[in-house]
Amino acid sequence: MSSVGIKSYAYCLNHVPEIGLRYGSTPFTEREEKGESEFLASLPSHVQSWEKAASYAPNLTYIGALSYDEFEAAKTPWIENYLPEPKRYGKYGEIMPEDEFLGLMTLCDVFDLVWLEKSFGESVKAKLLKDPIMTEAIVARLKGLHELAEIEAEVKDKKARALYFGGKVVGCVRSGHSVDDCLFAYVLMENLACKAGGVLALLHLIKNAGIKPEDIDFVIECSEEGAGDMNQRAGGNFAKAVAEIAGCLNASGVDVRGFCAGPVNAIIAGASQVAAGARKNCVVLAGGAIPKLYMNSRDHAKKNLPALEDCLGNFAVLLVPDDGTNPVIRLDALGKHSVGAGASPQAITSALTYEPLALIGLSFKDVDKFAAELQIPEITLPAGAGDVPLANAKMIAALAVMKKSIEKADMDAFIKARGTIGFAHTQGHIPSGVPFIGIACDSIRAGHMKRAMIIGKGSLFLARLTNLADGGSFIIEASSGGSSGGSVTKEDVKALILEALSEIAGKLA
Amino acid sequence: MDLQNQQRIKDAAEKFGTNCIVILGSSDAEGAEIYAETVSNGDPTYAGPLAGVSLGLPVYHIFDQTIRDECDASAWEEQISMMEMVLDPEKLAAAVKGMRDQFSKDVL
Repeated sequence: MSSVGIKSYAYCLNHVPEIGLRYGSTPFTEREEKGESEFLASLPSHVQSWEKAASYAPNLTYIGALSYDEFEAAKTPWIENYLPEPKRYGKYGEIMPEDEFLGLMTLCDVFDLVWLEKSFGESVKAKLLKDPIMTEAIVARLKGLHELAEIEAEVKDKKARALYFGGKVVGCVRSGHSVDDCLFAYVLMENLACKAGGVLALLHLIKNAGIKPEDIDFVIECSEEGAGDMNQRAGGNFAKAVAEIAGCLNASGVDVRGFCAGPVNAIIAGASQVAAGARKNCVVLAGGAIPKLYMNSRDHAKKNLPALEDCLGNFAVLLVPDDGTNPVIRLDALGKHSVGAGASPQAITSALTYEPLALIGLSFKDVDKFAAELQIPEITLPAGAGDVPLANAKMIAALAVMKKSIEKADMDAFIKARGTIGFAHTQGHIPSGVPFIGIACDSIRAGHMKRAMIIGKGSLFLARLTNLADGGSFIIEASSGGSSGGSVTKEDVKALILEALSEIAGKLA
Repeated sequence: MDLQNQQRIKDAAEKFGTNCIVILGSSDAEGAEIYAETVSNGDPTYAGPLAGVSLGLPVYHIFDQTIRDECDASAWEEQISMMEMVLDPEKLAAAVKGMRDQFSKDVL
């Protein structure tokens, strides 16, 4: 059996409502097409403060400030039951306020693209230095401070996009080219925000893992953004750019894409390289997506609800050889939604859950938690998209009935026990299973969980290249002693016996 | 219903008239009702190519018994039976029927 250890993980949010109000795709498109419409005029009244965002149960669960058990027990609706005190930090990461995030974007810029107003820049520099994961060397990268008049002129005359804080212009992202739309200010802002989010997650990961930046061998980035110019649109490479800022001098990196299935595929790619001995270790990470901010805000505003899509999501996971001390990803039981598998929910669910389990002689009841598409239901329900993680749990339960793993009467109990409640922002690649890796690993380490399945699904058809969707899955469980030494494990023997028995059965039939 | 799908259906209706039917697979009754209205009476949101265009197409949910009777039993078992346990088939079929009864021509 081939397996790879999950040593550590980090999860962060960047609370950026003012970027979202202007550059989230829904408000941005509305403004471009209709100017300052009624919807845009009403939207700011639905925005929640950082204090609210940092007291919201799903957000706190994402950064590890609330345990999953506490989250399950938290009173709903969460939008009416904010926790008494905002929390910036959790055991996995933090919820960074917008002014500091603008500073982080600026220090991640190495092409003089982000300009901040002088006094604003100085104030965020001082704040960033107080963040426990920041070093003086990193914060010293924050340059590009300018007079407000220069920034305003750049926006007015040179197609820069303004950055706001407290409703006022405090900076801008400059355009990188006059004709090449891959380098227009909007795209560069999106990419720099994604890079900055990746850096934040990586810095927290380095702290959480207790390692030095130089210890990291390879980075795979799996967001949904595209960095490049018109000759190589989306050529990359976020991974190496992120590693550079975090001081990972011995690392290289590459980007893996697959819409919302990107993270699961990237983790499988990274884990395979580590298992093969090609990399000493591998960080899989992603920053967030500006366009998805306030994506469903039209429905939230219409229904007079808080517009909750105000955070960029980021994560980072450190994969290491299985030495028996960490929870592991099993590489002999990967879920794959193949081209010929079919597009029905039944075919997809079977390919991603039943088939990988059957490969290693397990059934649905051998998995304690299935984590697929973990969008916060309070965001998706008012937009008519349903409770996505619950829908996934129902489909898995129904398939378990069809495969005779459980009785139909036990479906509800199965869904409650083995489904997962959504706590991730609608950031595409972010909710797709990976936010549960940290919780699963902690529970396995504590002996509270035996096995979890992480499931990613991607809407490939959005790119107009194919009508197909995609998906991938993997299983996390306790290490059976380590695969790096090449010794035969109990599981290996079990698999061999199962194989031999099925061969005999085949001959008898 | 997104604008591209509205255009596809409009093009098909122009080519085949009410000789073609629309089969919906929506998992949500409210959504199914809006899609059914869009292809029979026109886009109620007035956002897409079917705004103000009443195609009158016969529209059914896949869970409607009429459609189910037409399906190959083994294909149904393989492709759809799982979702029957997950969704509310009767509610979905009824939501589409409500629109079909009002606006569709040449129903089956």
